Amino acid sequence: MIRPCAEWNLLLHGYADGELDAANALKFEQHLGGCGGCAAELQRVMALKQAIAQDQVSWPASPALKERVAAALRRETSMRSALPAVAGTSLLSRLFDHVRRWSLVPSMAILAAGVFLMLARPETGMSLQDELVASHVRSLLANHLTDVETSDQHTVKPWFTGKIDFSPPVVDLASRGFPLVGGRVDYVGGRVVAALIYRRNGHVINVFIWPSLTASNATMEREGYNLVNWKQAELSIWLVSDLNPVELKEFKEDFAEAAPK
Amino acid sequence: MSHAVLPAEGGTEVRTERAHAEGAARFQDVILPHLDAAHNLARYLSGDATAAEDIVQEAYLRAFRAFGQFRGGSSKAWILTIVRNCHLNWRADQQRRANIEPLESMSHADDPAFEDADISERADLPREEITPETILAQRMEADEVRLVLAGLPEAFREALVLRELECLSYREISDVTSIPIGTVMSRLARARAIFATAWRQRLAAGKKPR
Repeated sequence: MIRPCAEWNLLLHGYADGELDAANALKFEQHLGGCGGCAAELQRVMALKQAIAQDQVSWPASPALKERVAAALRRETSMRSALPAVAGTSLLSRLFDHVRRWSLVPSMAILAAGVFLMLARPETGMSLQDELVASHVRSLLANHLTDVETSDQHTVKPWFTGKIDFSPPVVDLASRGFPLVGGRVDYVGGRVVAALIYRRNGHVINVFIWPSLTASNATMEREGYNLVNWKQAELSIWLVSDLNPVELKEFKEDFAEAAPK
Repeated sequence: MSHAVLPAEGGTEVRTERAHAEGAARFQDVILPHLDAAHNLARYLSGDATAAEDIVQEAYLRAFRAFGQFRGGSSKAWILTIVRNCHLNWRADQQRRANIEPLESMSHADDPAFEDADISERADLPREEITPETILAQRMEADEVRLVLAGLPEAFREALVLRELECLSYREISDVTSIPIGTVMSRLARARAIFATAWRQRLAAGKKPR
């Protein structure tokens, strides 16, 4: 067995996590091309990540806990409205102080952070991305993930006819590990758009599609969600998911490959 | 990253009242959906099913009361930071009650020498007997993964849970755990090496996944 290079170890993990900036990712890929040891190590790391991320490893909250928390919050709400305002404020202020203390520490940690990671927040004012994330979150919350629920692409595609004025590509990616869950019509950026829903393990991927003439290509992170955008066949396609950037990129490539060019 | 300014002590009651109603509704939308993630982290940190539920309830109450201080950013990282702090409180409480020394697993967590130790040069890893390839060829059952994770030192267990199970970015993990991003990366690298070693040792000891 060829040993992986110790000096590339950190970059290898950053690469596996999709956390390197473009320059370092490229640098690592060039090294990877000529180093069997690191290539094998990367495969092992990806397999390990997959093994840990599999279903049933997480401990979701039990229905009893959900009810318990909801009840505690209800009690808290009624207590709060019963409390005299002044007493309530000082109590709150003390608690705010706690949280402020906690939240200042991480920001200092960020200041001290390494320079070769993607640190830049996406610039503000790009409300479309916020809308997409909001729509993604809403789709998870309100049990309104799909209007038409099926894994059959030939059911989803005709369903859109008459609801929107374009024909979104609905592709079958089950063999690639991204089963189709269904579709729905959504409203983003001031227009009606098609949303396709795919799954990867426990993660939901929302694919938003609408016609667009302007070219675009972007990958970003917003509020913990990963977004990928590209243009294909005169359609602007946006992916929104809490899936990690590496697997989301994989999805993008599979989707782009299967959809009409 | 924006940090909120504290409201003035005894601010106008009308505004506070309205803010509460709006805050409660937003809390439902923004923070409540992370209940599973909160429980998962509490469960892995405490290693105790009952304590995990208490920690989550406490964290949610605190989060609810402090929600006025949340100004965007990752809501998941925000609630997980509170869960983590509630876990620290819970454990400090445990230790006070039991009157014992701090847990062994924490003693290495802040030791830079331990953090940066060269993984590839460790002599005590049984590299030769079982190659990583054969290990990964064997499917890891979920409950086995849980056991191995539970056996890792806390700092490494926490990093893996936040990254692989909760899919937090390095930046978010840095926010939650108050360690620099560079350390997040080296800790994850180290955590995976330790996980692989623990897994290997499990197999070497003849404990096949059930």
